[in-house]
Amino acid sequence: MSALPPYSSTAQITWYYAFRVICGLIFFFLIFPIIVIAPLSFNAENFFTFTPKMLALDPEGYSLKHYRDFFTNPDWQQALWNSVRIAPVATLLATAFGTLAAIGLSQSHVPFKSTIMAVLISPMIVPLIISAAGMYFFYSRIGLQGTYWGVVLAHAALGTPFVIITVTATLVGFDRSLTRAAANLGADPVRTFFKVQMPLILPGVVSGALFAFITSFDEVVVVLFLGSASQKTLPWQMFTGLREQISPTILAVATLMVAISIVLLTVLELLRRRSERLRGMSPG
Amino acid sequence: MSENRGAAVRYESVQKSYDGETLVVKNLNLDIARGEFLTMLGPSGSGKTTCLMMLAGFEPATHGEIFLNDRPINNVPPHKRGIGMVFQNYALFPHMTVAENLAFPLQVRGISKADQSSRVQRALDMVELGTFGSRRPAQLSGGQQQRVAVARALVFDPELVLMDEPLGALDKQLREQMQYEIKHIHENLGVTIVYVTHDQTEALTMSDRVAVFNDGVIQQLSTPDALYESPQNSFVAQFIGENNKLNGTVTSVEGTTCGVEVGTGIHLKADPVNISGVGSKTTLSLRPERVELQPEAPMENMVDGHIEELIYLGDHIRVRMNVAGNDEFVVKVRNRGQRRKIAEGETVKIGWAASDCKALDAVA
Repeated sequence: MSALPPYSSTAQITWYYAFRVICGLIFFFLIFPIIVIAPLSFNAENFFTFTPKMLALDPEGYSLKHYRDFFTNPDWQQALWNSVRIAPVATLLATAFGTLAAIGLSQSHVPFKSTIMAVLISPMIVPLIISAAGMYFFYSRIGLQGTYWGVVLAHAALGTPFVIITVTATLVGFDRSLTRAAANLGADPVRTFFKVQMPLILPGVVSGALFAFITSFDEVVVVLFLGSASQKTLPWQMFTGLREQISPTILAVATLMVAISIVLLTVLELLRRRSERLRGMSPG
Repeated sequence: MSENRGAAVRYESVQKSYDGETLVVKNLNLDIARGEFLTMLGPSGSGKTTCLMMLAGFEPATHGEIFLNDRPINNVPPHKRGIGMVFQNYALFPHMTVAENLAFPLQVRGISKADQSSRVQRALDMVELGTFGSRRPAQLSGGQQQRVAVARALVFDPELVLMDEPLGALDKQLREQMQYEIKHIHENLGVTIVYVTHDQTEALTMSDRVAVFNDGVIQQLSTPDALYESPQNSFVAQFIGENNKLNGTVTSVEGTTCGVEVGTGIHLKADPVNISGVGSKTTLSLRPERVELQPEAPMENMVDGHIEELIYLGDHIRVRMNVAGNDEFVVKVRNRGQRRKIAEGETVKIGWAASDCKALDAVA
């Protein structure tokens, strides 16, 4: 939306400002609840509210003690370690399976494509509690319930739809004659995949992987059903912390997790722009 | 056909159907000699591209066998055929530089790094892009990308190179220039080239032989001049070059000429190329430049033509006339300086030789 042209009617002018107000409100409702926890996490007291000292911007009202608690408390450290052990493996599985599924489903000769697609992305649509309950009964039957691999597999299943969707979107713009050209030049299908197709759909794969990672890193319902005490992840610890101890350490952890997400997304976007520039796809 | 050993490519009774019902290619038999430049020419949907794709290995033949140097290749996957190909949209790898694109087929073949770069450089020099190795395809113009595609198809020294309408996306001037360049590359390297196009000028300019496709069948396979001078049927006559057609009935056949009655009582002499005998319907095909306007000496065929329209085109004048009820009859008159006095609305004598007038299968 550029500046208002001089011939704008009153209605257009009204809409011009109303549009901005609406956008501002949307951003406020989306972002404010997240932003407000950041200063609270530096609270010197064990409360979830702004103390008078904090509001007066008195340095004594602030402290890093909740962060210190997070980094020293063995409960939190164990949870962090579990999350770090589970999320990357789940991401790896989700990315590999999701990419393969998307490539397979983009072939023209696959029958029942839309049905298969619907089944594969159903974990995204079905309420999480239903998936979690189903997985609980199924995994207990086959001995995966309460194990590390049970949680990893469940998180991979939840992350796969994101990868399928982002990779499918990138494949739409992928020129099939490139794989033909590669074959014609003597490359077998495996080499064609890694040297030609993969580099070109990489942006979709990476953003899908990021979503899968965040899904696993933030997930609490499935892990509550499937995990045992030794798979207690960060979100699980936060959940119990909220219910049992009401410790502002949760706020510190939440702030850290938001920061990690922002850093990940920024790095990814920068990498994407760099690769596009290298490919000469966009000017500058 | 199968005795003809030593052909670079041989199609033997090849059929192709995509849906199991309609044949896109019907019983194709074709030998392509080593070192030949063969063009598959035809309108879209005529099966020419399908033939090329079967040769490249991207489409399996429904029936029949394709031989490459007398070796059946139906069960050889595309990446083991060792055929170079220039794609319609060039299909250059956008994430690689020009040099990396060219090195790709060499890398695949396990050629040493030093050898790779010297061969890449040689191929780039051949298409006059010697200094462009480090650019990416997106930084090149259409014509330059086209040359890179040609260089990449040739860099691994294939004996056979396929080209699928490679000049389609270029503007007219560049297209003509590239036609000569590809022709020269072919002459210098002696590779076999199978070229697919719907542009007859391209086909006539570059090819040793042209296979005219229509409806999944080769209508005629001959040298460019034979294609133009002696078309074997009405489709070829219509498709190649400009053509006047007159519908009539065969009245007599004597050796190398036949009599044809056109319209009401106009009797013409023609070359009986593709007729089924006296009394049958025929379409006469006559090139516009073979017709004499107001001939000085009497000719075998002399009729009256009513001038409908004159179009001045510099080197020649197109005269659109009504001849025997056909008002699309075109005569090309060379511009020799002394312009003859002809005007729209006049009725003049026109004449042509019987051998220039081909009696072909009848078309509506």
